[in-house]
Amino acid sequence: MTWTGVADVVAAACILLGALLALIAAIGVVRMPDLLSRMHAATKPQVLGTVLVMAGVGLRLRDLSVVGVLVLIVLLQMATSIVASHMVGRASFRAGQVRHDLLVIDELSSEPAQDEPRGAP
Amino acid sequence: MSPVLHTRRDGTTRPARHRAVQPPAVAGLTLVWLALWGDVTPLLLVGGVLVAVMVCLVFPLPPLHLSFRVRPLALVALVGRFIVDVVRASVEVSSVVLRRRQVSNAVVAVDLESSSDLMMTLVASMLSLVPGSVVVEARRSTHTLFLHVIDVRDEEAVERFRQEALALEQRLLRAFPARATGQEEAS
Repeated sequence: MTWTGVADVVAAACILLGALLALIAAIGVVRMPDLLSRMHAATKPQVLGTVLVMAGVGLRLRDLSVVGVLVLIVLLQMATSIVASHMVGRASFRAGQVRHDLLVIDELSSEPAQDEPRGAP
Repeated sequence: MSPVLHTRRDGTTRPARHRAVQPPAVAGLTLVWLALWGDVTPLLLVGGVLVAVMVCLVFPLPPLHLSFRVRPLALVALVGRFIVDVVRASVEVSSVVLRRRQVSNAVVAVDLESSSDLMMTLVASMLSLVPGSVVVEARRSTHTLFLHVIDVRDEEAVERFRQEALALEQRLLRAFPARATGQEEAS
């Protein structure tokens, strides 16, 4: 097999694995009991999934001009998923939408009242 | 962080623009521009720099003082360990999703050793990218991160997670050691 054939097989494996991770993320959103657990399922396996799909696309196209866009997609996906999951998690915690029965330890709620106003940086 | 403010003669303020154009930001934005076009030609390079300068002028940000050095070997160790962590944790979270079992979670407080905002941001981002933990609250005054961790069964597991998070911070501090204070004042 030539190297292009090998690259095609690797690319197919990467894309399939990435798609599988995205599927697991979707199943997780349906199955998880509360919002914060859903955030884990929805945002995280899918980051690795995106990286794998992009690697697969890059290996299949084998075109230098596409690599820049692919790297950009991965970096922006990482940057935005961090901020999005943090903001949604924080908002739900502050709104009291937390299933305390699912928490083994909660070191944030047991913290003494803070002087900082809520929303302080 | 709020932008540096410039006071007008009538007392009102506006974001200061005179130092908004920072070379690292311009270089980064130009790279993004070239990546989007997928090509490098002199015309694209000039256009990219122009667009980058325009973006910096329209959306001014306070200057970022990068007062640290980079140790290449420690950086490679950091990135390598991070990739291993992401893959391992992705598999773990996937198995939690696929098992039909009640999950038990925890909210863990991690007191960071470093007092720099930049380090705190980096630790928080890396911990967020590793599946299984989300930052729900960050307290800048005490450098404490509150993380929601999935699939934690007992106090022992909580302690293990805390140690892992602190170990990540140590790896970061080794990769980006702070410059000596004398140099920091000079810059």
